[in-house]
Amino acid sequence: MSGLRWTIWLPLAVFAAFLALVGLQLYRPAERKVQSAMIGKPVPQFALPAASPDRPGVSTADFRDGKPKLLNIWASWCIPCAAEAPQLAELQAQDAQIVGVAIRDKPEDVAAFLAQYGNPYARIGADNLSSIQLEIGSSGVPETFVVDGQGIIRYQHIGDVRKRDVAILLDKLKEAGE
Amino acid sequence: MIAEFGLAALWLAASLAVLQLLGGAVALREGEERLAVLVRPAAAVQGVLAALSFGALLLLFTRTDLSVKLVAMNSHSAKPFIYKLSGAWGNHEGSMLLWVTVMAMAGALIALLERRLPEKTIQATLAAQAFVGLGFYAFLLFSSNPFERLPEPAAEGMGLNPLLQDIGLALHPPTLYFGYVGLSVAFSFAVGALITRQVTPAFARAMRPWVLGAWIFLTLGITAGSYWAYYELGWGGWWFWDPVENASLMPWLAATALLHSASVLAARDALRAWTIMLGVVAFSMSMVGTFLVRSGILTSVHAFAVDPERGSFILALLAIYIGGALTLFALRAGTVAEGERFAVTSREGALVFNNVMLCAILGIVLVGTLYPLLTEAFDVKVSVGPPYFNPAGAIFFVPMVVVMAIGPLLRWRRDWLGRVKTPLIFAALVSLATLVGVLAWNPPGLLPLLGFAMATGLGVASLLPLRGRSLRRLPLAVWGMVIAHLGIAVSLFGMASESAFSVEKLVAARVGETMTVGPWQVRLNAVEPVAGPNWTAMEGRLAAEYRGGRAVTVTPQSRTFWAPEQETSESALLTRWNGQLYAVLGDESEDGRWQLRLWWKPFVTLIWFGGILIALGGLLALLGRLANDLKRRTAQAKIAERKAEMG
Repeated sequence: MSGLRWTIWLPLAVFAAFLALVGLQLYRPAERKVQSAMIGKPVPQFALPAASPDRPGVSTADFRDGKPKLLNIWASWCIPCAAEAPQLAELQAQDAQIVGVAIRDKPEDVAAFLAQYGNPYARIGADNLSSIQLEIGSSGVPETFVVDGQGIIRYQHIGDVRKRDVAILLDKLKEAGE
Repeated sequence: MIAEFGLAALWLAASLAVLQLLGGAVALREGEERLAVLVRPAAAVQGVLAALSFGALLLLFTRTDLSVKLVAMNSHSAKPFIYKLSGAWGNHEGSMLLWVTVMAMAGALIALLERRLPEKTIQATLAAQAFVGLGFYAFLLFSSNPFERLPEPAAEGMGLNPLLQDIGLALHPPTLYFGYVGLSVAFSFAVGALITRQVTPAFARAMRPWVLGAWIFLTLGITAGSYWAYYELGWGGWWFWDPVENASLMPWLAATALLHSASVLAARDALRAWTIMLGVVAFSMSMVGTFLVRSGILTSVHAFAVDPERGSFILALLAIYIGGALTLFALRAGTVAEGERFAVTSREGALVFNNVMLCAILGIVLVGTLYPLLTEAFDVKVSVGPPYFNPAGAIFFVPMVVVMAIGPLLRWRRDWLGRVKTPLIFAALVSLATLVGVLAWNPPGLLPLLGFAMATGLGVASLLPLRGRSLRRLPLAVWGMVIAHLGIAVSLFGMASESAFSVEKLVAARVGETMTVGPWQVRLNAVEPVAGPNWTAMEGRLAAEYRGGRAVTVTPQSRTFWAPEQETSESALLTRWNGQLYAVLGDESEDGRWQLRLWWKPFVTLIWFGGILIALGGLLALLGRLANDLKRRTAQAKIAERKAEMG
């Protein structure tokens, strides 16, 4: 056995090598922030019928009128969407143009939601198959995109719009208009 | 109030762990017995307090108390009750609290029940247990407090990751945790025995129920996790060699080796240093697994990525515990005599061989799991998958199965193969017949072919220890071994069949179209929207006929959860005795056709049925051991009583 005495230290040596390796990896700056692949790309081609009788539907051409817009993806069955309604109203009051897309929704639910939480949208399209959602690289509702006057996506906000996000979105809109 | 109560209980439990550690450490020095009497009571009360703390967290989650940050981040008022409950451990902080709770309760059990070992060894064991526990308490109290309040209550919670909203996943993490924690107890026993140099058969017997328990839970956890991945991820596979899967497989392999090695130590007083080593390695693998999963250092389909600060905390714990234990091992192992000698051809010899094979497979899995990390250090991104793991593992798995078939027939200490020749030839013939049969019917690849041959051979061989014995008088432990080994054969058969004979079909189908997959005729009848409590979905209605028989409806869904937002595909399974039809609904294309993915997987269910058999075998062995202990204890009590009467 005495000739094999050093093997007793082998597990410790292997473990030390493991520690060195993962320790090194842990402190390497890694790209952990997820960024949408759609930023810098045009809004995908689509044409959606109106989701609400008092607002027109949405198509790709609507984003090419030279004015930057917010594209808000939402649904009446989504609770965070209700939570962001006051912030959307605030954005609208600050002259932001907001285009909505309602995901897998029913007209009567859309109407009830807008009656309760207000309607900040210039246009609302109905996307019953969440096809736009998938094409635009959105993972769910709500989500808000800043689109410039040429229909190029400039910024993506995932999740509901909180109070502190309003100023950020207004800045991004201003940047997109320059 | 509940949150504050939980936090207070956690602090108290942590302070008792300090007392337990100090008391145990001081007691090891001669003439310091006064503090020693505190060790057992401290461990018992610590267990109760930790349980109260976890109970408080459960209560907060069932009430959806949104003033608590953890609840607001991981729960939602609209969630079904069972997932509110499982939300308590379906997150980083909660799962760590569960860990420390189970560990403290295990410590309490040792303190209350374990009387076989020398008192000093128990004290050293409980001190080691407290030492490990303290790291987790510190983690919870200083870095990730589960009871932290929000400055103002949230309006609504963020919900639980929809992939986790599944009954399998509600139960899977605690199952694995019981396994990991059981191994932490084995680790503490090993450290305690090393410190007091009491590596004896009694030590192995005291440690064995914990290892067995841990191993049963790990087996069930892995089986359930594999089945979950199979039906929930919608990819149709049951094992992906994903780092997270490997994280639970590695401790299982080590625990399997430890279990067999502890049996040799308990029965024959051999393999002392080896058993201690495996005790340390098994727990190391649980910790390494936890670290890999929780630090987000490896990319995985399981999205657990957590910030590096937490990763470094677990890494520091890992360095202290495992580094410390391995150093202790290196310093002390020389002083632990190897124990009884045995011949190569003997029960011990076979067990040692299998131990070495298990460790080799463990090494293969470990290297494969860490290799991407290594290359990333040199800025090369690689992923290691089945092309590496399957053949590399098979090199050691095949000889292991062969010895597994022979070993249980051998006698302890010394034997010769001639004595067990006849039954083994029978098993080999069955194996050969399978080989020929499968080759003649439908030749698969090399590995599945080997799998079939080994499965039937091992299946027969694992029943051989029952031959010529009275089945009613056979000890439960032997039944356990037979059933567990049979379970391996059954799983192996399922794996071979699934990989050799699965049929897959990917189609873009219009409503009304009929497709053929294997012996099935499947017609897409409709696709309709449906809604659940917290999701909406498109649901496909398929009518499936097996060889022109009666049509059965299956309904795969493509689900969209809204809190948090996520798309999942709910596959539909149709189980027959000889396999499963597996259907996944994908997206609709522009021309109105639906993406459909269909599989026919012959005998795939045997994979998990085998897993259940393995766990059942472990359970029988555990019950047998516990019953024996109880018998011995009552017998000893009676003898003591007699002596007292006579004296």
